[in-house]
Parts: sequence; C-alpha cells; structure tokens
Amino acid sequence: MDLVTLWFWLIALTFTLYFFLEGFDFGVDILRPLLAKTEAEERALVGTIGPFWDGNEVWAIAAAGVMFSTFPVWYGTLFSGLYPVFVIILLSLLMRGVSFEYRNQVDQQRWRNFWDWTSFLGSLLPSFFWGLTMAKLIEGLPVNADERVLGSFADVFTPFSVVGGLATLLLFTLHGANFLLLRLHRDTDLYRRARAAALFWGALATVAILAFVVMGYVTEGLFVSFGVLPWLFPLAAGLTLGSIWYGLTRGLDVFAFLMSSLTIVFSTVTVFIALYTRGVVLPSTLDPAYSLGLRESASQPYTLVLMTWVGAIFLPLIIGYQIWNYYVFRERVRPDEGGLNKGYD
Amino acid sequence: MDFDVLGLSRFQFASTSIFHFFFVSLTVGLAFLIAVMETFAFVRKDRAHVYANMTNFFGHLFLINFAVGVVTGIVQEFQFGMNWSQYSKFVGNIFGVPLALEVLMAFFLESTFIALWWFGKDRLRPAIRLASIWLVAVGTQISAFWIVLANGWMHHPVGYEVVGDQAFLTSFPAVVFNYKAWLYFLHVQGSAWTVAAFLVLGVSAYHLLRKQDVEVFSRSLRIGLVFGAIGTVFSATSGHRAAQVARYDQPMKFAAMEAQWETSTSPAPWSAVALINERERRNDFNVELPYLGSILAYNSLYGRYEGMIPLQERYERLYGPGDYIPPVTWVYWNFRIMVGLGMVLLLAAFGGLFLWWRKRAGLDDTRWYLRLLLFTVPLPWVANFCGWITTEMGRQPFMVYGLLTTREGVSANSSTEVLIGLVGLWVVYLTLIGLDLYLLTVTARAGIHHTPEAQMLAAPPPNYGGPGFQDYERRN
Repeated sequence: MDLVTLWFWLIALTFTLYFFLEGFDFGVDILRPLLAKTEAEERALVGTIGPFWDGNEVWAIAAAGVMFSTFPVWYGTLFSGLYPVFVIILLSLLMRGVSFEYRNQVDQQRWRNFWDWTSFLGSLLPSFFWGLTMAKLIEGLPVNADERVLGSFADVFTPFSVVGGLATLLLFTLHGANFLLLRLHRDTDLYRRARAAALFWGALATVAILAFVVMGYVTEGLFVSFGVLPWLFPLAAGLTLGSIWYGLTRGLDVFAFLMSSLTIVFSTVTVFIALYTRGVVLPSTLDPAYSLGLRESASQPYTLVLMTWVGAIFLPLIIGYQIWNYYVFRERVRPDEGGLNKGYD
Repeated sequence: MDFDVLGLSRFQFASTSIFHFFFVSLTVGLAFLIAVMETFAFVRKDRAHVYANMTNFFGHLFLINFAVGVVTGIVQEFQFGMNWSQYSKFVGNIFGVPLALEVLMAFFLESTFIALWWFGKDRLRPAIRLASIWLVAVGTQISAFWIVLANGWMHHPVGYEVVGDQAFLTSFPAVVFNYKAWLYFLHVQGSAWTVAAFLVLGVSAYHLLRKQDVEVFSRSLRIGLVFGAIGTVFSATSGHRAAQVARYDQPMKFAAMEAQWETSTSPAPWSAVALINERERRNDFNVELPYLGSILAYNSLYGRYEGMIPLQERYERLYGPGDYIPPVTWVYWNFRIMVGLGMVLLLAAFGGLFLWWRKRAGLDDTRWYLRLLLFTVPLPWVANFCGWITTEMGRQPFMVYGLLTTREGVSANSSTEVLIGLVGLWVVYLTLIGLDLYLLTVTARAGIHHTPEAQMLAAPPPNYGGPGFQDYERRN
C-alpha cells in the first residue's frame, strides 16, 4: 500500500473513530431532555459523558488537521464548498462544549435550562450535518474546473443528503441510548427509560438507514463500484443493525452497544470505500472530469512520509490513553445518591 | 476595509484568532501555574491542605476557561479550509503538518488528562493526578509551540520550494528550527504566563485586601509574582529581538511600527507619538526621542533603517506592482500600546518582588501595591490583543510573506455566506466572553469556600460510586 492510500484510510479511521465516539455523547445529549425527569437524573446523564466528551471531540479536529496536511486540496475544497454547513457545526459545537462546564456554575433553573437547550441543539445539529456531509461526499458537490464549489446553501439539501443526515442523527441517538445502558445503574428508572428509548429510536434508525442504503444504491450507484463483494459492507451494516434489536430485547447491553458501534463503523467505511473504489475524493456534479482525484489531491511524498512517522508514534499512544480514561471512569452512574464531594471535589 | 469576501474573511479570521487567544492565553499560562501549585501540595505534606485549596480554587477558574479555549480552537482549525481554501491548497503540504502535530501531540493529551485530573479526584492516586495536570500543562505548551510555529512560517517561510501552484516542503528541520517562529513562541509563551500570573496576582490581592484566607492567598501571590516576573521578562526580551529581526526579514512591518516613511538618519530617533497621514505618506506631527530608534533596532547608538517609501519601490521590483504598505496607523499605535503595557507589567511584577525581598511577610499588608494589582488584571490581555494586531496587520498585504498575498489565499465563497457566518460567530463569541468574565469574576470573588459544590447544593453532581469512591470517603 502506498502512502496516499495509507493516509486516505487513516483519514477514514479518524472520521470513523470520531463518529463512533462522539456519536454516543451526541446521542446522550439528544436524549437528555426526553429521559431526565429530575435534576439529579439530568446531572447523572451529564455525568455519563462528562469525562469523555472533550477527548471524543478532538477526533473531529484530528480528522480536519490530518486532512489538511495530507490532502490539502480535498480539505480546502470540501470545507469551503460546504461553508454554511460547517458554520452551523462550529456554532453548535461552541455552545455545546461550554454548556457542560457552565451549566452548574449558577444555581438557577433558567440558567440550567438555557444550557440544556444549547447542549441539545449543539448535539442535534452537528449529528444531522455531519451525516449530510458524508452523504455529500458520495453524491458530490458542484466543483468547477478551478476546484471551486459553486451553488448556494439550498443546494446542500437534496433528498439523499437529508436522508443521510437523518439516518446519522437517529443512529447517534440509538448509539447514545446504548451507551447509557452501559453507564447507568441497572436498578434505576433512568436505566429503564434509556432502554425504551433505545428500542424506539433504534427502530426509527433502522428505517432511516435502510432508506439511505436503498437510495444510495438506486440514485448514487453506491456499492456498484465496490468490486467482487459489493454487498458485503451494507450487508454487514444491516446485520449489525438488526442484531441491536436482538441484543436489546434480551438485555445484552454490551452486545447492543457493540452492534451500534459497528453499524457506525460500517456506514462510515462504506462512504470511504465508495470514494476509494472510484479513485475520487470529491466527485463533481458538474462534470466528472472536474472531480478531485485521490492522487492529485494528496500532499507530496515527503510530507506523507513525515506524517506517517507522526501517525505511527502518536495514534497508538492517543488510543491507549483514551482507553485508560474510559477504564478509570468505568463505574456506573446512579442519580439517586447525588453527593457533594463525589466526582467534582 | 471593503466588505467583500476578502474583507469579511480577514475580519472573521482576526476575530476568531483574537477571541481564541483571549481564552487560550489564560489556559496556557494557568495550566503551568496550577501544576506548580499542585506540586507544592504534593511535596509540602505539612501544608498540603493550603496548596490543595489553592489548586482547587484556581483549578476551578481554569476549567471555566478551558472548555471555551478548546471549542474556539475547532473554529481556528476549520476556518483555514472554509475561508482560505486557496491558501490551504497552496501551503497545506507544509502548514498542515504543524497543525496536525498540534492536534495529535497536544489536543488529545490536554482534553483527556484534564478530565482525568478533575473528575478523577476520588479515584486516582495523588501522584497520578499530579502527573495528569503536568501532562495538561505540557500539552498546552506543545500546542502553543506548533500553532505559533505554523504562524511563524507564514511570517518567515523556510524549507520550501514552489512548484507550479503549490509550495512543497523540502526540509522539515528548517521549519522546526525557524528562528522567527522560536522568537514568536517565546514571546507568546511569555505573554501567556503574564496573563495567568496577573490574574492570580489580582485575585490573590483582592482576598488579601479583605484578609480572607491569608494563608492561601499570600502564597499564591508569591507564586504569581515569580511567574509574572519570568513572563514579562520573556515577552520583553523575545519581543525586542523579534522586532529587530523584523527589520531585515519584514522591513516594511518594522518601518510601519515606527511610522518611518523615509529612510532614517543614523543615529535614528524613536517616535513616541505621531500623527500619521497615510494618504500623503508622511507624519503630520511627530515627537521623537533621539538615539532610541537605533538602540531598539541595533542595540547600538548608530544604525539606520529603511523607510516605507523606498521599501515600497523595492517591493514593487521584487513582487510586482501593488501597494505593499500595511495599515500604518494601526500597526504603529498597537505596537506602542503593547510595549507600554508590557513595561507597566514588568515594573509591577518586579516591584512586587522587591517588596517581598525588602519587607518579607509585610508584602501582604502593602495595601497600595495590592490595590494596584487589582487594576493590572486586564492589562496583559490588552497588550496581547495589540500585539497580534501589530504583527498580523504589519504583514499585509502578504499572507505568506513574499509568497502569497491575502487576496490570493481567500476562498471563493459568497460574501453573504461569510457575513452570516461572521455575525453568528460574533454573537456566540460575545456571549461566551461575557459569560466567561462573569463566571470568572463571581468565582474569583467568592474565594476558596465557594467551590462548585457550594454553588451546586441544589444540583449535586453525579455519584460514580464504586470502590475508588469508598477509599476517598475513608480518607476524608
């Protein structure tokens, strides 16, 4: 495998890890207003992702940073081409990131309500728009001969991209619910509500993802370019999705969470396989000749070699200490015994 | 400035960077201060509770800032592609590397270990907790290093080769050992320490004036003084050197900082106050101090430097026709405010050290000095703000000095899009700054007994339970 291919897949890896990790903390925040009935429960739900969300979010910055250095043309064209989308994602992440820290600084219900809203919208909007961005990567943007993207914000919304956004949003919600099943004490009401939510949102997610797969196949020719086993990944995604239902109904929480994780992994990888097998990182809807080619968008070999060393040293290290972080905070959260010196002192 | 895509994008970039740095300068400096405080808590077992209280109190202030620093950093990273895609394509090969290194070496470290440090109080051994805060502190410095290195490259591009429409990296060591970048790094680092030190000084002074928790705050005052002295000396010396270096690698910026239109005499005077007439390219009024110009530029009583008018001709020969004179009034005045405030802060820090040496414990009772410290808290921020304006505006019209103009680097967005994005960012940023200042003030004034727990009586934090927690209960 040459370095261009390697870095293409490492970018795929960072995006996959990002959606897998931040997927559940987005999901928890989207579910928070639906699940929490009391302030203690609200706090418990924040507590399930408290030590993790920040580290998860950095994977988005890593994806962008790695893309910048190894595929500058792809990065520049995609990010300027989807300018309004990224503005929405950024503003959402700005307000959301602060909400965790600021929510409990002032003891007023109105203050807390404000931050609950910002973290809800701050998770909902990026979930939808990241999904939309991924759908746009398959569908393509109106890229002209100068690698510039034409068109307006309204053009971003096509049936395929909207379904992609909704599917991602619902999948993250399901993923968040599954994560809660791992993080909440089993003998609480909150846990039971999270389970019901997982079943309900899981059903909706299944419908949305199936719609996305069918639309991708019919209108975008997705999977056609995959070669020998075009149905392997979507089939795997379908299987994992179906087995979530199995896991949830039998109380296999870890299994259900693993399956929603795999669904995210397979869906993200599917997007990147579609690009890779076409040899294109960003298709042009104006003229296929204007599409950004995989090789033409990449950095020169020297930069890629340098980045390979950097990646080889730091990626395992980062993954290592993030796993340790999860291990340290592995205990389940219980809302009924909220104390003062616990966790915060 | 015109409100076309270029003007709006520049305005957006400037806003994003300044807002980001508003939070980050405090984070970078305070992380180190807190790591030192916690080290004292760890080493000085006899006074562990004093230092633990100090760490918790300033740690709380730190956290209020930290999250905003992280999220504004995302905007910082994304906007290269969003607003400056032509720039990204031109230099991504080179500029992207330090940026990616920043994320991989620093951002993950900071965001993971800050959570371990803060939430892990009831489950990590003290040594591991101490290591966590040191990793956060080191992470913030690494982060500052790479981003300033990237910025330094734009001011003084090295180790590259332009082939076709892209700049290619030829030597990564040249980029890493870029002398300009190192000067900028020391300068930014020094100013970040100054920001944090004067916040600690101001807050400590506030409580000492009210005789609250003297045990804690007289110690934090002394830690702050040491940091303040180091920070101001670092920024002053590296800043002085950076200005001298600009004389030969960015002569136009240097001339603009001094509002020097014609080539100076030797010895050169230094302009203290000038009324600049940019249209007619002269100063209508100028108060000059003799010799000081040469001293600043050469550390010598003799030496002349080029003015903007001859430089304009030289730049036209080098880079083709165009206007190469930056917005002189902005550069000139922001430079002066920065230097002036830097001097005030340097004096304030060393004045404190002098009082400490002369009066020992009496420092806590020197009320005029403590009152003075209350007013110095915002000054490092203002100085930083002016410094960024000076250096970034002084570089205009270049984005990468001598290689790419700002106009060439901008994305082909519609101005409406950029305007809407800009308005959105301003609304959010102003909200965040307002809330940040409000919470910092409330928390700082309330003192060490006003921990988050006290605020959250009605809203207790989650209980993680488990064995680690029971150990903690027993210990307390």
